[in-house]
Amino acid sequence: MTAPLHEPTTEADPIATGGPAADSGVKKVEGRSLKQIAWKRLKQDKVALTGGIVVLVLIVVAVFAPLIVGLLGHPPNEFHQDQLDPLTNLPTGPLGGVSGDFLFGVEPNKGRDIFSRIVYGARISLLVAFLAAVVAVALGTLFGIIAGYFGGWVDAVISRVMDVLLSFPQLLFIISLVSVLPDDLLGLTGSGVRIAVLVAVIGFFGWPYVGRIVRGQTLSLREREYVEAARSLGGGRAHILFRELLPNLVAPITVYATLMIPTNILTEAALSFLGAGVRPPTASWGGMLRDALETYEHDPMFMVFPGVTIFITVLAFNLFGDGLRDALDPKGTR
Amino acid sequence: MAGSPHKGFPATGGPRTVLAYLIRRLFAVVIMVLVVLLATFTIFFMLPKWAGQDVAVLFAGKASGAEQLAGIRIKLGLDDPLLVQFWDFVKGIPMGRDYANGDDVTHCAAPCFGYSFRTEVPVWTTLKDALPVTGALAAGACVLWLLGGVATGVVSALRRGSIWDRAAMTTALGGVSLPIFFTGMVAMGLFVHNLGWVKIADNLSTDDGIGTWFQTLILPWIVLAFLNAAMYARLTRATMLEVLGEDYIRTARAKGLGEGTVITRHALRSAMTPILTVFGLDIGVLLGGAVLTESTFNLPGLGLAAVQAISNKDLPVILGVTLFAALAIAVANLVVDIMYAVIDPRVRLG
Repeated sequence: MTAPLHEPTTEADPIATGGPAADSGVKKVEGRSLKQIAWKRLKQDKVALTGGIVVLVLIVVAVFAPLIVGLLGHPPNEFHQDQLDPLTNLPTGPLGGVSGDFLFGVEPNKGRDIFSRIVYGARISLLVAFLAAVVAVALGTLFGIIAGYFGGWVDAVISRVMDVLLSFPQLLFIISLVSVLPDDLLGLTGSGVRIAVLVAVIGFFGWPYVGRIVRGQTLSLREREYVEAARSLGGGRAHILFRELLPNLVAPITVYATLMIPTNILTEAALSFLGAGVRPPTASWGGMLRDALETYEHDPMFMVFPGVTIFITVLAFNLFGDGLRDALDPKGTR
Repeated sequence: MAGSPHKGFPATGGPRTVLAYLIRRLFAVVIMVLVVLLATFTIFFMLPKWAGQDVAVLFAGKASGAEQLAGIRIKLGLDDPLLVQFWDFVKGIPMGRDYANGDDVTHCAAPCFGYSFRTEVPVWTTLKDALPVTGALAAGACVLWLLGGVATGVVSALRRGSIWDRAAMTTALGGVSLPIFFTGMVAMGLFVHNLGWVKIADNLSTDDGIGTWFQTLILPWIVLAFLNAAMYARLTRATMLEVLGEDYIRTARAKGLGEGTVITRHALRSAMTPILTVFGLDIGVLLGGAVLTESTFNLPGLGLAAVQAISNKDLPVILGVTLFAALAIAVANLVVDIMYAVIDPRVRLG
């Protein structure tokens, strides 16, 4: 019954001997916050940590893209016809033209530096994925918490909307939206518009996933004693929703946001692959794969680099997100 | 409680609850169809206007002259009140529609999913040709992914912790992280161009033999199924592990039933319910995957039609494909709901 949960100590149980925990010789029992416990668990999870480090490296690469390309590559939209065979338009060097000068080789037909385009593509990919996750989390938290807390017809309507959105053919609707909206909108021009549109639509179709989780959590949290206590102390609705409930939802929301980013990266890549992403010549990973589709029989390396980059990025986010979930949730649902 | 089929269960009220359940689901599908119609109408007719675009230009293409544009504006009724426009748009699907500008009438027979002023062909003609390809692709992939995913998940759950289990779960994580269009290209490069094991036809039509269809679709099926099979393996494993710990499984074993019967008739049957729930939501994902797979393998299905329409700026085709796909998903959801009633006795018996 008195099985020690933390570390077994040979010292006598302070409660059994009646002495307070502060007694000398007895290990001091310290309260640890959820954050500290999670961090301790995460540090022990080597796989998740590796994922986290890869994610950090990718963010650094995206932020310092001009610097990295300046040091190691050529401008992303510079043509290098001298690297191509004039007859076939394929790179002359081995492995798609990989050399010390062109780290990942050059594109067939255009001769642009693949390394630079991958580095710059990371910016688009991560930017769209992060911002779309922010949009989805904001909308999902708001509607989820409202549905869960108020219940009744409010919940019925919001839940129904979420169900319908979840079973929509999202990809086709996003394609439609992107092709209907003009190239300049609300003062934005060029790839700015496309990025804004991508963020908005990917985020919009993503919020029901967050909303369902938040709703479910709110449903169980609102019956807790501390909520009742806050209510009996005269706390208003807004106070209970945002000061009492929201802080307790941070953990699941964080986990879900982390796991949503890789999905968003795949969606953005898919849209660029289909020609509904950022406009060329802006570099994007999906767009590179679309170009590679024409030549991969003869020059497979042009397909391998962006494909493997997407894979590593998405896998790293997934591993990190899974680890974060395990660290924050001691029971490990699913 | 509800895991094993009860032969002696009182039949009273049975059919009535099923009927009530089906009517409820039918109602939900009708609402979904309405939402789909409203959403597509908003995206294609209201949103561009709000964003400062001329809808007639979008539908006709930028190359058209002012006179042509004016004609199309009248034909589409773009100056009519929105409610009238919406009604014409909806009515055209079951009844057909005439786009009239004085004597100049463009007829679009039922089911009218729009008319491409660019190619001068009703969108339904395009859809009709593309439908068998997408249907065959989606159906084959979904059989593969359900069978493969559920089988892998069950074996993983039964041999928990074994090398087989860990390999399956690692593959599943990899599968979730791979973009379909990349795996598709790798598979094609390897099996079509390098090894020459399969031949992919340049075009597919209903005149082609079943062998051609099979040869062309086998790789796309596997590629499209792989990603989802991985997810379903994880899901099946988790639910199976949960179900196998239930009391009624112990009871079934204690009754002396064979292990095979316990697993398939008792455990798997109740584990199928959550899997079916996720499947219902994933039909849209399947379709999105089909769009990507078709573009990768150059299969002349609905997805490829939509993607080609993007580069040709042929808006009516994009509209038609989106609308049709959304309606198809609504119907597919109804089928899943009916399957629910078949599998889950709690639904059947109320």
